[in-house]
Amino acid sequence: MGRVVVEVMPKPEILDPQGKAVVGALPRLGFTQFSGVRQGKRFELEVDGEVTPEILAAAQEAAATLLSNPVIEDVVSVTEATEDADVAGEASGAPVSA
Amino acid sequence: MSAIEPTPAATSVPGIEGARIGVITFPGTLDDRDAARAVRLAGAEAVSLWHADASLQDVDAVVLPGGFSYGDYLRAGAISRFAPAMAAVVDAANGGMPVLGICNGFQVLTEAHLLPGSMVKNDHLHFVCREQSLIVENARTAWTNEFRRGQQIKIPLKNQDGQFVADERTLDELEGEGRVVFRYDGWNPNGSRRDIAGITNDRGNVVGLMPHPEHAVERGFGPASAEGPRAGVDGLTFFTSVLSSLVHA
Repeated sequence: MGRVVVEVMPKPEILDPQGKAVVGALPRLGFTQFSGVRQGKRFELEVDGEVTPEILAAAQEAAATLLSNPVIEDVVSVTEATEDADVAGEASGAPVSA
Repeated sequence: MSAIEPTPAATSVPGIEGARIGVITFPGTLDDRDAARAVRLAGAEAVSLWHADASLQDVDAVVLPGGFSYGDYLRAGAISRFAPAMAAVVDAANGGMPVLGICNGFQVLTEAHLLPGSMVKNDHLHFVCREQSLIVENARTAWTNEFRRGQQIKIPLKNQDGQFVADERTLDELEGEGRVVFRYDGWNPNGSRRDIAGITNDRGNVVGLMPHPEHAVERGFGPASAEGPRAGVDGLTFFTSVLSSLVHA
Protein backbone atom coordinates (compact mmCIF):
# COMPACT_ATOMS: atom_id res chain seq x y z
CA MET A 1 0.00 0.00 0.00
CA GLY A 2 1.36 3.40 -0.97
CA ARG A 3 0.78 6.76 0.55
CA VAL A 4 1.12 10.33 -0.68
CA VAL A 5 1.47 13.16 1.80
CA VAL A 6 0.13 16.60 0.88
CA GLU A 7 0.91 19.60 3.05
CA VAL A 8 -1.04 22.84 2.79
CA MET A 9 -0.29 26.09 4.63
CA PRO A 10 -2.10 29.43 4.84
CA LYS A 11 -0.43 32.01 2.59
CA PRO A 12 2.12 34.14 4.45
CA GLU A 13 0.15 37.34 3.81
CA ILE A 14 -3.08 35.86 5.19
CA LEU A 15 -3.54 36.38 8.91
CA ASP A 16 -3.83 32.92 10.48
CA PRO A 17 -6.26 33.35 13.40
CA GLN A 18 -5.83 29.75 14.58
CA GLY A 19 -2.05 30.05 14.68
CA LYS A 20 -2.44 33.32 16.54
CA ALA A 21 -4.60 31.64 19.18
CA VAL A 22 -2.08 28.83 19.59
CA VAL A 23 0.87 31.19 19.99
CA GLY A 24 -1.14 33.01 22.63
CA ALA A 25 -1.69 29.77 24.57
CA LEU A 26 1.90 28.50 24.50
CA PRO A 27 3.35 30.92 27.11
CA ARG A 28 0.61 29.92 29.54
CA LEU A 29 2.21 26.45 29.57
CA GLY A 30 5.69 27.88 30.00
CA PHE A 31 6.68 27.69 26.32
CA THR A 32 8.04 31.21 26.00
CA GLN A 33 10.52 30.36 23.23
CA PHE A 34 8.05 30.56 20.34
CA SER A 35 7.23 33.95 18.86
CA GLY A 36 4.90 32.76 16.11
CA VAL A 37 2.74 29.80 15.06
CA ARG A 38 1.13 29.12 11.71
CA GLN A 39 -1.29 26.23 11.46
CA GLY A 40 -1.62 24.24 8.25
CA LYS A 41 -3.09 20.96 7.05
CA ARG A 42 -1.58 17.59 6.25
CA PHE A 43 -3.40 15.04 4.07
CA GLU A 44 -2.37 11.38 3.74
CA LEU A 45 -3.74 9.90 0.51
CA GLU A 46 -3.68 6.10 0.39
CA VAL A 47 -3.48 4.01 -2.78
CA ASP A 48 -3.77 0.24 -3.14
CA GLY A 49 -0.64 -0.19 -5.23
CA GLU A 50 2.66 1.62 -5.72
CA VAL A 51 2.89 5.38 -5.84
CA THR A 52 3.62 5.84 -9.55
CA PRO A 53 4.50 9.17 -11.21
CA GLU A 54 0.89 9.21 -12.50
CA ILE A 55 -0.44 8.84 -8.95
CA LEU A 56 1.82 11.66 -7.78
CA ALA A 57 0.61 13.84 -10.65
CA ALA A 58 -3.01 13.08 -9.73
CA ALA A 59 -2.26 13.93 -6.09
CA GLN A 60 -0.76 17.24 -7.21
CA GLU A 61 -3.90 18.01 -9.19
CA ALA A 62 -6.14 17.06 -6.26
CA ALA A 63 -4.00 19.25 -3.99
CA ALA A 64 -4.43 22.23 -6.30
CA THR A 65 -8.18 21.81 -6.93
CA LEU A 66 -9.80 20.41 -3.80
CA LEU A 67 -7.29 20.14 -0.95
CA SER A 68 -6.24 23.79 -1.13
CA ASN A 69 -7.75 27.12 -2.12
CA PRO A 70 -5.10 29.15 -3.96
CA VAL A 71 -6.65 32.41 -2.73
CA ILE A 72 -5.73 31.70 0.88
CA GLU A 73 -3.42 28.66 0.87
CA ASP A 74 -0.23 27.27 -0.68
CA VAL A 75 0.44 23.61 -1.40
CA VAL A 76 3.81 23.26 0.34
CA SER A 77 4.63 19.70 -0.69
CA VAL A 78 3.26 16.60 -2.40
CA THR A 79 5.53 13.65 -1.60
CA GLU A 80 5.47 9.87 -1.49
CA ALA A 81 5.68 8.41 1.99
CA THR A 82 8.08 5.47 1.98
CA GLU A 83 6.60 2.22 3.20
CA ASP A 84 8.49 1.46 6.38
CA ALA A 85 9.15 4.96 7.57
CA ASP A 86 6.93 6.56 10.13
CA VAL A 87 4.84 8.84 7.97
CA ALA A 88 4.74 11.60 10.53
CA GLY A 89 8.55 11.60 10.75
CA GLU A 90 9.02 12.06 7.01
CA ALA A 91 8.82 15.82 6.86
CA SER A 92 11.78 16.40 9.16
CA GLY A 93 13.68 13.35 7.87
CA ALA A 94 14.02 12.09 11.42
CA PRO A 95 11.77 9.40 12.87
CA VAL A 96 9.61 10.49 15.76
CA SER A 97 9.92 8.43 18.91
CA ALA A 98 8.39 4.98 18.65
CA MET B 1 -45.08 49.09 23.02
CA SER B 2 -47.51 48.54 20.21
CA ALA B 3 -48.14 45.09 18.78
CA ILE B 4 -46.46 44.41 15.49
CA GLU B 5 -48.70 43.89 12.52
CA PRO B 6 -47.68 40.89 10.42
CA THR B 7 -46.68 41.64 6.83
CA PRO B 8 -49.43 40.72 4.40
CA ALA B 9 -48.24 37.63 2.55
CA ALA B 10 -47.56 37.69 -1.18
CA THR B 11 -47.62 41.40 -1.93
CA SER B 12 -48.72 41.66 -5.49
CA VAL B 13 -46.12 43.14 -7.81
CA PRO B 14 -47.31 43.37 -11.40
CA GLY B 15 -45.54 41.16 -13.87
CA ILE B 16 -43.78 38.87 -11.45
CA GLU B 17 -46.45 36.25 -11.03
CA GLY B 18 -44.93 33.01 -12.13
CA ALA B 19 -41.32 33.96 -11.33
CA ARG B 20 -39.64 30.84 -9.93
CA ILE B 21 -36.66 31.13 -7.62
CA GLY B 22 -34.69 28.01 -6.68
CA VAL B 23 -33.20 27.44 -3.24
CA ILE B 24 -30.49 24.78 -3.12
CA THR B 25 -30.18 22.46 -0.12
CA PHE B 26 -26.78 20.89 0.55
CA PRO B 27 -26.12 18.41 3.38
CA GLY B 28 -25.73 20.73 6.38
CA THR B 29 -27.63 23.70 4.92
CA LEU B 30 -29.64 25.43 7.64
CA ASP B 31 -31.44 28.42 6.17
CA ASP B 32 -33.07 26.95 3.05
CA ARG B 33 -36.58 27.15 4.52
CA ASP B 34 -36.11 30.77 5.57
CA ALA B 35 -34.80 31.61 2.10
CA ALA B 36 -37.80 29.90 0.47
CA ARG B 37 -40.11 31.79 2.79
CA ALA B 38 -38.44 35.09 1.84
CA VAL B 39 -38.97 34.25 -1.83
CA ARG B 40 -42.67 33.60 -1.21
CA LEU B 41 -43.10 36.78 0.86
CA ALA B 42 -41.61 38.74 -2.05
CA GLY B 43 -44.31 37.28 -4.27
CA ALA B 44 -42.52 34.56 -6.22
CA GLU B 45 -42.67 30.78 -6.23
CA ALA B 46 -39.90 29.06 -4.24
CA VAL B 47 -38.52 25.90 -5.84
CA SER B 48 -36.58 23.49 -3.62
CA LEU B 49 -33.45 22.21 -5.38
CA TRP B 50 -31.28 19.33 -4.15
CA HIS B 51 -27.49 19.52 -4.37
CA ALA B 52 -27.17 16.09 -5.98
CA ASP B 53 -29.60 16.97 -8.78
CA ALA B 54 -27.88 18.43 -11.84
CA SER B 55 -31.11 20.11 -13.01
CA LEU B 56 -32.15 23.57 -11.87
CA GLN B 57 -35.74 22.86 -13.02
CA ASP B 58 -35.87 25.95 -15.25
CA VAL B 59 -35.87 28.42 -12.35
CA ASP B 60 -35.36 32.13 -13.07
CA ALA B 61 -32.87 32.73 -10.23
CA VAL B 62 -31.08 30.72 -7.55
CA VAL B 63 -30.34 31.28 -3.86
CA LEU B 64 -27.51 29.40 -2.14
CA PRO B 65 -28.59 29.62 1.52
CA GLY B 66 -26.57 29.70 4.72
CA GLY B 67 -25.56 26.89 7.01
CA PHE B 68 -22.61 24.57 7.44
CA SER B 69 -22.63 22.44 4.32
CA TYR B 70 -20.51 19.31 4.87
CA GLY B 71 -19.80 20.61 8.38
CA ASP B 72 -17.38 23.21 6.91
CA TYR B 73 -14.95 20.29 6.58
CA LEU B 74 -11.79 21.03 4.58
CA ARG B 75 -12.84 24.70 4.06
CA ALA B 76 -16.27 26.32 4.25
CA GLY B 77 -18.05 25.63 0.96
CA ALA B 78 -15.15 23.61 -0.50
CA ILE B 79 -16.96 20.29 -0.89
CA SER B 80 -20.36 21.73 -1.87
CA ARG B 81 -18.72 23.53 -4.75
CA PHE B 82 -18.34 20.16 -6.52
CA ALA B 83 -22.02 19.15 -6.11
CA PRO B 84 -23.82 18.34 -9.38
CA ALA B 85 -26.19 21.28 -8.86
CA MET B 86 -23.22 23.66 -8.72
CA ALA B 87 -22.06 22.81 -12.26
CA ALA B 88 -25.52 23.93 -13.41
CA VAL B 89 -25.34 27.07 -11.23
CA VAL B 90 -21.95 28.04 -12.70
CA ASP B 91 -23.29 27.62 -16.26
CA ALA B 92 -26.48 29.55 -15.50
CA ALA B 93 -24.59 32.32 -13.69
CA ASN B 94 -22.22 32.71 -16.63
CA GLY B 95 -25.33 32.99 -18.82
CA GLY B 96 -26.60 35.89 -16.69
CA MET B 97 -29.05 34.19 -14.31
CA PRO B 98 -29.29 35.97 -10.94
CA VAL B 99 -27.54 34.00 -8.17
CA LEU B 100 -27.45 35.04 -4.50
CA GLY B 101 -25.07 33.38 -2.03
CA ILE B 102 -25.80 34.03 1.64
CA CYS B 103 -23.14 33.24 4.26
CA ASN B 104 -22.19 29.62 3.52
CA GLY B 105 -23.68 30.20 0.06
CA PHE B 106 -21.22 33.10 -0.41
CA GLN B 107 -18.40 30.77 0.63
CA VAL B 108 -19.58 28.23 -1.97
CA LEU B 109 -19.62 30.96 -4.66
CA THR B 110 -16.00 31.91 -3.91
CA GLU B 111 -14.90 28.27 -3.91
CA ALA B 112 -16.69 27.88 -7.27
CA HIS B 113 -14.77 30.95 -8.56
CA LEU B 114 -18.00 32.79 -9.40
CA LEU B 115 -16.82 35.49 -6.99
CA PRO B 116 -13.22 36.40 -6.05
CA GLY B 117 -11.60 36.16 -2.64
CA SER B 118 -12.32 33.74 0.17
CA MET B 119 -13.49 33.60 3.76
CA VAL B 120 -11.31 32.59 6.70
CA LYS B 121 -12.00 32.34 10.42
CA ASN B 122 -13.17 35.54 12.14
CA ASP B 123 -10.16 37.55 13.36
CA HIS B 124 -11.36 37.37 16.97
CA LEU B 125 -11.94 33.57 16.66
CA HIS B 126 -15.47 33.73 18.08
CA PHE B 127 -18.76 32.89 16.46
CA VAL B 128 -20.61 36.17 15.99
CA CYS B 129 -24.40 36.61 15.96
CA ARG B 130 -25.88 40.12 15.87
CA GLU B 131 -28.12 42.56 14.10
CA GLN B 132 -25.65 44.10 11.68
CA SER B 133 -25.77 47.51 10.10
CA LEU B 134 -24.59 47.65 6.47
CA ILE B 135 -24.11 50.36 3.87
CA VAL B 136 -25.35 49.58 0.35
CA GLU B 137 -22.44 50.49 -1.96
CA ASN B 138 -23.89 49.20 -5.23
CA ALA B 139 -27.62 49.47 -5.95
CA ARG B 140 -27.37 48.29 -9.55
CA THR B 141 -27.05 44.53 -9.08
CA ALA B 142 -29.81 42.01 -9.74
CA TRP B 143 -30.31 41.66 -5.98
CA THR B 144 -29.96 45.29 -4.81
CA ASN B 145 -31.65 47.47 -7.46
CA GLU B 146 -34.46 48.52 -5.12
CA PHE B 147 -32.03 49.92 -2.55
CA ARG B 148 -30.35 53.27 -3.08
CA ARG B 149 -26.60 53.75 -2.98
CA GLY B 150 -25.44 54.82 0.48
CA GLN B 151 -28.56 53.42 2.16
CA GLN B 152 -28.06 52.00 5.63
CA ILE B 153 -29.80 48.67 6.24
CA LYS B 154 -29.87 46.22 9.14
CA ILE B 155 -30.03 42.44 8.80
CA PRO B 156 -28.81 39.56 11.01
CA LEU B 157 -25.22 38.31 10.81
CA LYS B 158 -24.10 34.94 12.21
CA ASN B 159 -20.85 33.26 11.29
CA GLN B 160 -17.60 31.66 12.35
CA ASP B 161 -15.64 31.89 9.08
CA GLY B 162 -16.78 35.31 7.94
CA GLN B 163 -13.52 37.20 7.41
CA PHE B 164 -13.42 38.17 3.73
CA VAL B 165 -9.88 38.09 2.37
CA ALA B 166 -8.35 38.69 -1.06
CA ASP B 167 -5.01 40.03 -2.27
CA GLU B 168 -4.59 43.81 -2.57
CA ARG B 169 -4.83 43.77 -6.38
CA THR B 170 -8.18 41.93 -6.26
CA LEU B 171 -9.46 44.31 -3.57
CA ASP B 172 -8.42 47.33 -5.67
CA GLU B 173 -10.21 45.82 -8.68
CA LEU B 174 -13.38 45.23 -6.68
CA GLU B 175 -13.33 48.81 -5.42
CA GLY B 176 -12.42 50.30 -8.80
CA GLU B 177 -15.15 48.43 -10.65
CA GLY B 178 -17.82 49.21 -8.06
CA ARG B 179 -18.18 45.54 -7.18
CA VAL B 180 -18.24 46.02 -3.41
CA VAL B 181 -22.00 45.74 -2.81
CA PHE B 182 -22.15 46.00 1.00
CA ARG B 183 -19.79 47.30 3.66
CA TYR B 184 -20.06 46.74 7.40
CA ASP B 185 -21.24 49.88 9.13
CA GLY B 186 -20.14 50.92 12.61
CA TRP B 187 -18.19 47.79 13.52
CA ASN B 188 -16.37 45.25 11.38
CA PRO B 189 -17.59 42.01 13.01
CA ASN B 190 -15.03 39.56 11.56
CA GLY B 191 -11.93 41.41 10.33
CA SER B 192 -13.04 41.44 6.68
CA ARG B 193 -10.67 43.35 4.39
CA ARG B 194 -11.82 46.94 3.84
CA ASP B 195 -15.03 46.22 5.82
CA ILE B 196 -16.41 44.27 2.85
CA ALA B 197 -19.63 42.38 3.66
CA GLY B 198 -20.74 41.51 0.12
CA ILE B 199 -19.51 41.64 -3.48
CA THR B 200 -20.74 41.02 -7.02
CA ASN B 201 -19.35 39.77 -10.33
CA ASP B 202 -18.66 42.14 -13.22
CA ARG B 203 -22.10 41.54 -14.68
CA GLY B 204 -23.95 42.22 -11.42
CA ASN B 205 -26.05 39.04 -11.57
CA VAL B 206 -24.07 37.09 -8.95
CA VAL B 207 -24.03 38.55 -5.43
CA GLY B 208 -22.55 37.03 -2.27
CA LEU B 209 -22.69 38.38 1.28
CA MET B 210 -22.09 37.09 4.79
CA PRO B 211 -25.13 38.64 6.57
CA HIS B 212 -28.59 37.09 6.20
CA PRO B 213 -31.31 39.03 4.33
CA GLU B 214 -33.70 36.05 4.53
CA HIS B 215 -34.00 36.56 8.31
CA ALA B 216 -35.30 40.13 7.90
CA VAL B 217 -38.35 39.76 5.68
CA GLU B 218 -41.35 39.79 7.97
CA ARG B 219 -42.52 42.20 10.67
CA GLY B 220 -42.38 40.53 14.06
CA PHE B 221 -39.46 38.27 13.14
CA GLY B 222 -36.73 40.64 11.95
CA PRO B 223 -34.12 42.88 13.60
CA ALA B 224 -35.06 46.00 15.54
CA SER B 225 -35.88 48.97 13.36
CA ALA B 226 -37.25 52.50 13.71
CA GLU B 227 -40.68 50.90 13.42
CA GLY B 228 -40.17 48.90 16.58
CA PRO B 229 -38.53 45.75 17.95
CA ARG B 230 -38.22 42.88 15.45
CA ALA B 231 -39.88 45.02 12.80
CA GLY B 232 -36.95 45.23 10.35
CA VAL B 233 -37.68 43.93 6.86
CA ASP B 234 -34.65 45.29 4.96
CA GLY B 235 -33.88 41.78 3.72
CA LEU B 236 -37.09 41.61 1.70
CA THR B 237 -35.69 44.20 -0.73
CA PHE B 238 -33.09 41.64 -1.96
CA PHE B 239 -35.91 39.41 -3.13
CA THR B 240 -38.14 42.14 -4.56
CA SER B 241 -35.05 43.52 -6.35
CA VAL B 242 -34.41 40.26 -8.15
CA LEU B 243 -38.06 40.07 -9.18
CA SER B 244 -37.89 43.53 -10.69
CA SER B 245 -34.64 42.66 -12.44
CA LEU B 246 -36.38 39.59 -13.92
CA VAL B 247 -39.27 41.74 -15.12
CA HIS B 248 -36.92 44.23 -16.76
CA ALA B 249 -34.55 41.61 -18.16
